[in-house]
Amino acid sequence: MAEKESMFSKSNIKLLKDPLNDNNPITVQVLGICSALAVTVQVKPAIVMAIGVTVVVAFSNLIISLIRNFIPNRIRIIVQLVIVAALVILVDLTLKAYSYDISKQLSVFVGLIITNCIVMGRIEAFALANKPWPSFLDGIGNGAGYGFILIVVSVIRELLGSGKLMGFEILGHKAKTISESTGLYTIGYENNGFMLLAPMALIVVGVFIWVQRSINSKLIEK
Amino acid sequence: MDRNSNTYTLIFSSILVILVALVLAFVSQFTKIRFETNQTNEKMQNILSSIGVDIERDQAAKVFKDYIKQSLTLNADGSINESVKAFDVDLHKETKKDPSKQLYPLYIAEKDGKKFYVVPLYGAGLWDAIWGYIALDSDKNTVEGTTFDHKGETPGLGAQITEKWFQAQFHGKTILKDTIAGFNEDNFVSVKTVKGGARSDDNHGVDAISGGTKTSDGVNAMIAERLSHYLIYFQKN
Repeated sequence: MAEKESMFSKSNIKLLKDPLNDNNPITVQVLGICSALAVTVQVKPAIVMAIGVTVVVAFSNLIISLIRNFIPNRIRIIVQLVIVAALVILVDLTLKAYSYDISKQLSVFVGLIITNCIVMGRIEAFALANKPWPSFLDGIGNGAGYGFILIVVSVIRELLGSGKLMGFEILGHKAKTISESTGLYTIGYENNGFMLLAPMALIVVGVFIWVQRSINSKLIEK
Repeated sequence: MDRNSNTYTLIFSSILVILVALVLAFVSQFTKIRFETNQTNEKMQNILSSIGVDIERDQAAKVFKDYIKQSLTLNADGSINESVKAFDVDLHKETKKDPSKQLYPLYIAEKDGKKFYVVPLYGAGLWDAIWGYIALDSDKNTVEGTTFDHKGETPGLGAQITEKWFQAQFHGKTILKDTIAGFNEDNFVSVKTVKGGARSDDNHGVDAISGGTKTSDGVNAMIAERLSHYLIYFQKN
């Protein structure tokens, strides 16, 4: 099939790269904050959630883009919801059958992908007006941008909140008494239990936005 | 055809919904058997884990019969109900019934020549259901081990009930105040999680999860409520 534009032309690559920084769904578009607060207590669920959302955004973008010229405008939100919900259920069923442990790890959060604002936001803002391939890339890019923030926040929260990463004890073992502990805990270090609560995720995301805006000059409002 | 007409909208939505339903129904049927096998294997894995047999989920079905010698379904009065298999009892449904009408599954296991009684647990955590298994020694008083699982407790907080450190604490604790006084309600104290940490000489207490108080409370209530229905059987046998 003769393509006028190559599959990975500059503008297509831009679709993949932009959401990672300049147009990040969480820190710039401020979409998908809710799940960013909920699943970032530990790194593992954050990674799986990032993959789940990426798959759903990419394919819902693709499908909506394919049928975009047939969707009656008046019911387009309902149509989008049906497609997104169906995809999420497909992901859920597949996980339950083929990677049961991960599906348990994610439990309710899989269902919550349906309500993730990024999914609907990208369909409305991009897929409805663009060709399937760029829409698919836009979905991958936004999923990756979302996942990137999720993983950064979860690393900070799991490390400071429970002294672990991916469930491994990084800062040493905390026992009941100081003499039985190892690592940092021997000098009286304490985990910051506050990190495990949702408000800290909001603060971490806030700090991240601050740092990002000080580095990236494109984001500074004139 | 006019894309904004009612007829078009109706036809479009009907086709879309039928297609989506077909795809979902097909995939659901296709994955059903695997999902159910996963669940059965996991149940066996959890039962085995409570008596200290740690095994991969896929292997659980193979060795289940080697350890679990007897599966009993008890009525509320402690008599044995022969018509229902213990493994098929769905506690989610049972616990909604009146306690006197419920069925109580009990697994009798043997490991290294020792006898264990495994009682399935089911209760409510903070967000949703929690469940698990508690294995008692042949004296039906000392706890050999526990396994807990949950549907949607907070990761890093309440969800820690699935972790080894929490479950291992129950080993060696006792559920009766006095070993001689027998299995009656006055003598039954169960094993409880203690906020702020249990004293080391506390025979009925383990450390609660900090930040997971509601889930810990749920574990307490679940163990006490479930075990209380087995006292009558334990007393008789």
